[in-house]
Amino acid sequence: MKLAELPKNLIISHLKHWGLKLKIGAFNVCIYSPIDTVSEHLLVLYGDYDIVNDNDFIDFHTVVKSPSIIRRYFRPQVNFSFDGYFPFKPLPYTQASAMFEWGLNWCIANHSHQYLVIHAAVVERNGKAFIFPGNPGSGKSTLCAALVCNGWRLLSDELTLVSVVDGLVYPAPRPISLKNKSIEVIRALSPDAVIGSVVNNTAKGAIGHVRPPTESVKLASVPAMPAKLIFPKFLDGSKTILATLSKSRALLKLVENCFNYNILGVNGFNCVSDLVNDSDCFNLEYSSLNETLLLLTDLSD
Amino acid sequence: MKPLLSTIFTNPQLALELDSNQWDYLIRQARNGNVLARLGYILEEARLFGQIPIKPFLHIRSAQIYFERFYISLQREIVIINGVLKSINVPLVLLKGSAYVVQNDTAAKGRIFSDVDILVPEDKLYEVEIALLKEGWFCNTLDPYDNKYYRKWMHEIPPLRHLKRQTSIDVHHNILPKIARFCPDAKQLMANIVKNREHDLWVLSREDRVLHSAIHLFHEGDFKYGFRDLSDLDLLLKEFSQQEGFWEKLLQRAKVLRQGMPLYYALRYTHLILKTPIPNKILQLSASQACNKLNIRLMDSLFLRALLPDHKSCNDRWTGLARWVLFVRSHWLKMPLYLMIPHLFRKTFKRMFSKDQ
Repeated sequence: MKLAELPKNLIISHLKHWGLKLKIGAFNVCIYSPIDTVSEHLLVLYGDYDIVNDNDFIDFHTVVKSPSIIRRYFRPQVNFSFDGYFPFKPLPYTQASAMFEWGLNWCIANHSHQYLVIHAAVVERNGKAFIFPGNPGSGKSTLCAALVCNGWRLLSDELTLVSVVDGLVYPAPRPISLKNKSIEVIRALSPDAVIGSVVNNTAKGAIGHVRPPTESVKLASVPAMPAKLIFPKFLDGSKTILATLSKSRALLKLVENCFNYNILGVNGFNCVSDLVNDSDCFNLEYSSLNETLLLLTDLSD
Repeated sequence: MKPLLSTIFTNPQLALELDSNQWDYLIRQARNGNVLARLGYILEEARLFGQIPIKPFLHIRSAQIYFERFYISLQREIVIINGVLKSINVPLVLLKGSAYVVQNDTAAKGRIFSDVDILVPEDKLYEVEIALLKEGWFCNTLDPYDNKYYRKWMHEIPPLRHLKRQTSIDVHHNILPKIARFCPDAKQLMANIVKNREHDLWVLSREDRVLHSAIHLFHEGDFKYGFRDLSDLDLLLKEFSQQEGFWEKLLQRAKVLRQGMPLYYALRYTHLILKTPIPNKILQLSASQACNKLNIRLMDSLFLRALLPDHKSCNDRWTGLARWVLFVRSHWLKMPLYLMIPHLFRKTFKRMFSKDQ
């Protein structure tokens, strides 16, 4: 059963009392949160996700709530915890929904060493996965949202999971996090895109999440073959330049963007070098999303 | 109710009967007790690895992969520290986790920890600290009160952290604070150290390794990893008791080092919680070396709660209180009242008004 098929008040009481259990890609996640903005966030953006059966194994038990009753009303704050462990300091209460997304990223990145976890967006078209590693500000999420709004399949906008065993990319599609101006850019590019409430004044500025396409969520258990490794760089006013990148440079750049390369040891190195060898590697400078969309679509034909 | 984790540690075969909800609790208890990788090795040892459902299996493997990496880094760290101490002709004596690793003790399996603990003679402390400093280890305790507190009253200097690798080392000159009620004579420990030829360094003798582990756990104020430490004791005792005469030597050694109390608790609670096979006679002898009977019912009510995995599914309504009482007790054991009261007062005061809040 999908989240959207449940009545709203039942979803809210699950969140408040027993925890709401969602299947997100390969992970079963339990979310407990009495906070309205969190339930709103889930209702708007997670409607297509399956509910996990009652007695199934849960990968991540998460809680998003105020640190104390005082902090609910006096300079209100919110905390994220993973089964009793608090990986972050509290944030302002209004940022609860963004904190849930960051918290879940943290859970996945730190407890999934069956994968090489890359800080990268990954989308797929015609069976070819395009991986966009990138530092914050490189424009990978914006690019990812633009592609996804144009019919590409979303695997992830933040965490690319490459299996150490078979080298395939495993999806964990979640709402795409857009920052500041990107929110308006995507709204203009794709008026149908559903964007959740914008959270202002976070450490990264204003944040809005784009609802993942129904089709991408439906295919969340289908892995994809990596084909292109593209390092994007948004440069205001630049032309669209796709430049081939040597394998050796691509490998070094890729390693910089891995969360657990150092932990995987030899397997990490093999996984990274297979990925680089089996993909075409590029640097991409861009400012026009439309031009870039055409170019990447050509590349995927 | 007995926590699932201790049930499986005692009898791994029962893992075959768990449903997915029970696996869920097992993994959570193991993760919060910092023994998820160790759970994996216990199941592997029992040849059950192929029969674990995929979801919990992936969490166990993930923790093991992290452990394998940790293990390699630790070996390298030990080589470097050994080099530093060799340059000033001080023998390297490893304590706790690092000692288990170089000795290949079963307690090393899946044990993840943050500091390398070493023991040096007190009169060499300064020299050792300078030598480590030259190689990049710095004292990161900037607070002058903490710094003074360590150096004046404790059995170790403040933790040193390596500038580049961010690894941490605790330099001890004893295994309990100088001001503790039952502080052993460090010369006695040094007199019994054992050479490890493979790594060209030293560790405490078997009996002293057990006693140190027991002292550490039963003077502890924070039981976050209490279950892990109890499991260490269980593994050490099971391994060492294969040797003829081990139990008698252990009791003898506890007497010499004045550690009858922690040893008795170690034997009692590994036996009660993890069913460690300990001869009845030894338990009784150890009890007679330790404390009066009135006390033990109270201690049971505290330790049988605090030593369970630190997860809400293992707690009852008294767990919080038990942990708090043991926290106060640990200070009571480690420092005299005239130091403890100002110390706790200061710490509480500081926590309330520190900038983070």
